[in-house]
Amino acid sequence: MIDSTYILLQQYWWLIISLLGSILVFLLFVQGGQTLIYTLGKNESERTVLVNALGRKWELTFTTLVTFGGAFFASFPLFYSTSFGGAYWVWIAILFCFIIQAVSYEFRTKPNNFLGHRTYEAFLQINGLLGTILLGTAVATFFTGSQFSVNKMNLTNIGNPIISSWQTPWHGLEAALNLHNLSLGLAVFFLSRILASLYFMNHVNSENIFARAKKQLLYNTIPFLVFFLTFVVWLILRDGFAVNPTTGQVFMEPFKYLHNLTAMPVVLGLFLIGVVLVLWGIGKSLLTNYFNGIWFTGIGTIFAVLALFLIAGYNNTAYYPSTFDLQSSLTIFNSSSSKFTLKVMSVVSLLVPFVIAYIWYVWKSMNSKKIDAEEMKNEGHIY
Amino acid sequence: MTDSFDLSVVDWSKAQFALTAMYHWIFVPLTLGLGFIIAFMETLYVKTGDEEWKRITKFWMTLFGINFAIGVATGIILEFEFGTNWSNYSWFVGDIFGAPLAIEGIMAFFMETTFIAVMFFGWNKVSKKFHLLSTWLVAIGANLSALWILVANAWMQYPAGMHFNPDSARNEMLNFWDVLFSPVAINKFLHTISSGFLLASAFVVGISAWYLLKNRHTLLAKRSIIIASVFGLLSSIFVGLTGDGSAYQVSQKQPMKLAAMEGLYQGKEGVGLVIIGAPNPSKTYNDDKDAYLFKIEVPKMLSILGYHDKDAFVPGIKDIIEGGYTYKNKDGQEVVAPSAAQKIEKGKLAIQALADYKTASDSGNKEMMAYHKKILDENFEYFGYGYIKDVTSLIPKVPLVFYSFRIMVGVGLLFIVFFALVLYLVVEKDIAQKRWLLRASILMIPMAYIASQAGWIVAEVGRQPWVIQDILPTVAAVSRIGVGAVQVTFFLFFAIFTTLLIAELKIMFKQIKNGPKEGGH
Ligand code: HDD
Ligand code: HEM
Ligand code: HEM
Repeated sequence: MIDSTYILLQQYWWLIISLLGSILVFLLFVQGGQTLIYTLGKNESERTVLVNALGRKWELTFTTLVTFGGAFFASFPLFYSTSFGGAYWVWIAILFCFIIQAVSYEFRTKPNNFLGHRTYEAFLQINGLLGTILLGTAVATFFTGSQFSVNKMNLTNIGNPIISSWQTPWHGLEAALNLHNLSLGLAVFFLSRILASLYFMNHVNSENIFARAKKQLLYNTIPFLVFFLTFVVWLILRDGFAVNPTTGQVFMEPFKYLHNLTAMPVVLGLFLIGVVLVLWGIGKSLLTNYFNGIWFTGIGTIFAVLALFLIAGYNNTAYYPSTFDLQSSLTIFNSSSSKFTLKVMSVVSLLVPFVIAYIWYVWKSMNSKKIDAEEMKNEGHIY
Repeated sequence: MTDSFDLSVVDWSKAQFALTAMYHWIFVPLTLGLGFIIAFMETLYVKTGDEEWKRITKFWMTLFGINFAIGVATGIILEFEFGTNWSNYSWFVGDIFGAPLAIEGIMAFFMETTFIAVMFFGWNKVSKKFHLLSTWLVAIGANLSALWILVANAWMQYPAGMHFNPDSARNEMLNFWDVLFSPVAINKFLHTISSGFLLASAFVVGISAWYLLKNRHTLLAKRSIIIASVFGLLSSIFVGLTGDGSAYQVSQKQPMKLAAMEGLYQGKEGVGLVIIGAPNPSKTYNDDKDAYLFKIEVPKMLSILGYHDKDAFVPGIKDIIEGGYTYKNKDGQEVVAPSAAQKIEKGKLAIQALADYKTASDSGNKEMMAYHKKILDENFEYFGYGYIKDVTSLIPKVPLVFYSFRIMVGVGLLFIVFFALVLYLVVEKDIAQKRWLLRASILMIPMAYIASQAGWIVAEVGRQPWVIQDILPTVAAVSRIGVGAVQVTFFLFFAIFTTLLIAELKIMFKQIKNGPKEGGH
């Protein structure tokens, strides 16, 4: 018997996960900005302004990542179990990048900080470079697949009760060797630097930094377009992991992701509008003296990434495919929490608009003025 | 695939989890308590308009920020470790366990991080009232995050509000409120946050005492001591009460943990509470050696604390392994306790029934499905025992749990006296003259940290070998990764966290040395 409420809840939670993921990609401008500190800041005072411009936002990105993880766990626990335990090294590497970030802002300029401020700045660079590339690469495996097998009934094997096992000794590192995965990783990296440039242009009150950020915007847009187009064209052309909705069988379907776009015109529209907005924000900022490009490109990023997540999971597609054993692939139906838990979580999700509203309100009241070197002298708490 | 795998993966995964959790717990309790202490101070500033209160608030806020950053860095690891190192666990109970983690993110962490920005950067940007509100919300947010994670932990000690679904081969939530309001969760939450309040109060009193010894910042120091000793006294009394509540829950729900806490091998009626003693380290559950090298005990006290009845029977380790005594089960009926060997048999039956159910379900045989499901349901209570090979592995490390428990309780009682004394002297006498007490106050800071870590050792080591009490042992919860991989990450985490801890301490000490004027950033 088909339980349509359950299906609706599973789709709703895939939407929430996708939304969190796409907001996270937008907020990665913090990471991108970290890799630009030395390029844009030519002296200590400029660098301090840049670090502080980012420093007031890093926790938002970090908390979004944490919540993305928590929400994924609650709604699709089999993914949590299979991917984190299997692609061990990729996730550990990502975590490492974020541990060192979390202390760096607070400790960077404090007297007697043991490692020296250069080390903390290096931590921020590593976080910006590897954090973005690895996250992008990990997400790309939603389309390219990984080598694992899942069998819940292994639980009854008393000597070796292991539900999911990874089939390569590389435990996730192999994902970084796949060019299609890497093209997304690098696209995310350059996008985060684009967003960071736009953020600085919007938020920092300094002509020099504005001019340099504008230059960086151009320099990063070119490789971004190359990698993003590579990823998207490849995605549209490749075979995808389709699911037979009645039997649950997973099979390869040519042009699956292209079909998903045409089968869901709303998602296609979202994707196209997203791409246009991203380009519009970049173009207008490059060609005129416009400084609000971050909003167009930011919202465009959210739309486009959201669309990518949706074609990975909707329309009878396996979002975490196994190339080792197709039938082990995870779909939003076979990996989700129970109906009851999804219901409880859906009630909780009603809090989300409220959370977004207070974040919005707080930042509005805090950001009425751009940040500049003057403020750094008068402010009690700076990084 | 081999039929069994390297057991040391379990040990290294446990070690890694313990390492990261204990590092996280160095920073968290201070956040829990200092958040409120700062909020009280700022409230006084807003009420009185006295700039000195603002300076005091800002000084403690700086220390709060340093501690908070590293708390966040250690927390993210824990969350993802459930997936990376306990992947079976993540499926087997993720349906229940994931929810609190997600709610923690949505409800607590965003609140904390948003308003912390106002707290640090908003002094000149928002109104006084809004700033004060933000400071309160940071404290409340931190404690809300403690609520959700402790609900999750309590559920592992006492799984409530769920059932096992053989079709998905996992436990599923039936009643959210049973999970949230389980008596174990309530006690655990209240005890843990109040122990954080206690620790933060000790921190504030100790640092202020150092200023008094150095004759610096005396106004700041005295005012801080007043606030912190009142808060500390109330908290330490509450810690004792809720600790008693926790011990009661343990004796009802985790008798083996209680037996380990007390080093009690042979149960009897009207058992005393060992105040000071030394469990015999070479004792096994079925030899005739003395359980203690020596002991001093309060007669009948354990029966009173654990069962609210001076003559109640308290089972010892031997009784629990051998069974045969009577106790009240979950439904309140008097039943005879099965032996560990019987529980293992039942566990195996349950596991086999699950396998048979699946076979029947694959061939569409409804009748056989119902038949095996019945066996499964009847024996599910002991499901986890099916994975246990050796009954002695059911016994936690007795000396470690025993001593940790005594350290925690001893320090806890000491703190009640300590805060009362400090409060009396700071209000009625000149505390700056009592230099021995000021020196002792500094020593009390590490004592609070030790007690706090000891508490978790009691709770977590005491529940071994269970990840989920009676349902999932550690061996069946772990991810299938090479021992080498876990060893590498263990040492990686050890190295990075130790480095960051050193950095944190150096920065913290420097800020304290600089004091409020030159402090800040
Ligand atoms: C400053 C810290 C501190 C102090 C002074 C105390 N505790 Fe505690 N205790 C904790 C900090 C703590 C903790 C770290 O918060 C634990 C670990 C797990 C938990 O729930 O709380 C804990 C656990 C814990 C447990 C185990 C609960 C479980 O396994 O679920 C018991 C029975 C007690 N405590 C009892 C007491 C008693 C009777 C105290 C007497 C005053 C006491 N504690 C003082
Ligand atoms: C093993 C279980 C735990 C996990 C998975 C976990 C997870 C986390 C995570 C991910 C963060 C960073 C949040 C952010 O982005 O701001 C964090 C911080 C925090 N956690 Fe934990 N945590 C655990 C144990 C605990 C316990 C037992 C408590 C309290 C009783 C607690 C209280 C806090 C608090 C107050 C913070 C804020 C940062 C700080 O004060 O250090 N956590 N935790
Ligand atoms: C932050 C405070 C905590 C500390 C200091 C702590 C301490 C420990 C210790 C010492 C162990 C190892 C036990 C052994 O190897 O014998 C352990 C294991 C573990 N704890 Fe905790 N714990 C904390 C909080 C939590 C919370 C909140 C959860 C879950 C929500 C949790 C879940 C676990 C798990 C899954 C293990 C590994 C499996 C096991 O050995 O039982 N811990 N912890």
